[in-house]
Amino acid sequence: MIKVDSVWYEYPSGTVALRNVNLIINRGEIVALMGENGAGKTTLLKHLNGLLKPTSGRVEVDGVDTRTTTVASLSRHVGLVFQNPDNMFFCTSVFEEVSYALTRFGYTGEEVRRRTEEVLKAFNLWHYRNSSPFTLSGGEKKRLAISIVLAWMPSYIVIDEPTTGLDGWGKRILIDLLLNLKDSGRGIILSSHDVEFISDIAERVVLLRRGEIIADGAAEDILTDPALLEEASLLTPQIPSLLYELKRRGLRDLNHKCLRLDEAVRCLSAILGRDGSNWRCDGV
Amino acid sequence: MSTAIEVSNLSFRYAGATQWALRNVTLSIEEGEFAVFTGATGCGKSTLFKCLIGLIPQMYPGEYLGRVVVKGLDPAQTPVSRMAQRVGMVFQNPDNQLFALTVENDVAFALENLGLERAEIERRITKAFRMMGIEDLRKRSPFELSGGQKQRVAIASILALEPEILILDEPTSSLDGATAKKLLEELGEISKREEITVLLSEHRLDLVVREATRLIVIEEGKILSDGDPREVVHHLLEDDYEKVELPKLPRLAWMMGLRRADKIPLTKEEFVETLLEVGK
Repeated sequence: MIKVDSVWYEYPSGTVALRNVNLIINRGEIVALMGENGAGKTTLLKHLNGLLKPTSGRVEVDGVDTRTTTVASLSRHVGLVFQNPDNMFFCTSVFEEVSYALTRFGYTGEEVRRRTEEVLKAFNLWHYRNSSPFTLSGGEKKRLAISIVLAWMPSYIVIDEPTTGLDGWGKRILIDLLLNLKDSGRGIILSSHDVEFISDIAERVVLLRRGEIIADGAAEDILTDPALLEEASLLTPQIPSLLYELKRRGLRDLNHKCLRLDEAVRCLSAILGRDGSNWRCDGV
Repeated sequence: MSTAIEVSNLSFRYAGATQWALRNVTLSIEEGEFAVFTGATGCGKSTLFKCLIGLIPQMYPGEYLGRVVVKGLDPAQTPVSRMAQRVGMVFQNPDNQLFALTVENDVAFALENLGLERAEIERRITKAFRMMGIEDLRKRSPFELSGGQKQRVAIASILALEPEILILDEPTSSLDGATAKKLLEELGEISKREEITVLLSEHRLDLVVREATRLIVIEEGKILSDGDPREVVHHLLEDDYEKVELPKLPRLAWMMGLRRADKIPLTKEEFVETLLEVGK
């Protein structure tokens, strides 16, 4: 469990980025931290592996206070993927980039090779194994950055803006991988303002605004609440936005707390008929 | 309406690469269009944009075949500095474009290099700041701004050059949805008001379908689909094309059997209209 307890953080410039943040993240769950640019998401993520220490309050990772240990030691348990992948690369080949951390964490030669190959193949990067990471496209770099962390299988995987630069195909691969990791008992923490991606994957959403948590709850409650999302300067995802509009225009029995396409088809078909042919609404 | 960009049989292979980044691309963009380019990462969108401003082949060596004409100029032969006065390009990461100590100096830099009079520089800066709504950032350091603010400053610095064509490479990739949507809406308005041709690449099509007059899908260096956004989306749904993330509303309509090519809804308002029509 990661426990964030009454955390305040003030940057040396005097900017207060986190204000009394309280949060518990368990293994086996996917939690999305959401909010507009500058809400404090990245600052909070950097506290989870000890890169930043609270100005006041405390952060514990499986009972260990982040102020009492090193970032290197915490990183074994909490893998952090930065928003800009270029910040993570320094090796001359894609293969080395993934295997470097594994070697540092004490894995043996064959295990390093096996894990590196496995993760590069999962992200369709194996054919680039001898290329320089800096020659990859934006989306490929993002996939590589995530591969590096997944290779050592930390207990908690923290990804800052996972979908930046990813195309539809990259997002689908990532969703499958993250769901598998969750099922294997890992805690996944994502910071994102991509409401459509988060709708497809997260069960729990934490909304941040100006360094404060303004909501923490089930994704289907938070991501279907336009007023709350507006408060956090986020758009309502397309599906609940449509269902909300239909409800406003007279379909009062419609369940608007649907996030995913298959759920929406079920909800709408139940009321409208499979192709909308039962659509009757005197109020419109 | 006259043609702003004409690309004929353009192919490009970066030096040392085995694969062609662009393969026989032919494309014509009319003045005033708001053309959105999409496709899987690495498909060639950025390479095409670099060809339009002459960075390719002038700065990036490689094999270049075919012909490009932009506003009557051949970008392969015209000095990049001269191209930049007609065609402005905003790169994906605004940090790569910002370097001065104040936002004002950043925007003024290129104008000073053009040798413009002080009064003209002031007029252009004021206008560009007003267009992007960043008048209050004028004296701030670009490096203390949020991602959205930086992107606005980067765009303002290009708009100040008063380009006839504005090219933006994934301008919203680091912006939150609300900021991204607002920025794209403003670009749509600027495009209409100032009669600027806009070309931009974007993965999140739901954010741009309202503004786009045209949608171009690129796959492995080739144009896969090109046309009216509604027709292109319909075409991709028909083909069950997975490399592009299609907006959820047309996908939902498709799954519900609402499949008419001229009616596939792109927005929630259109979705409601479609249902109303079906119910008649």
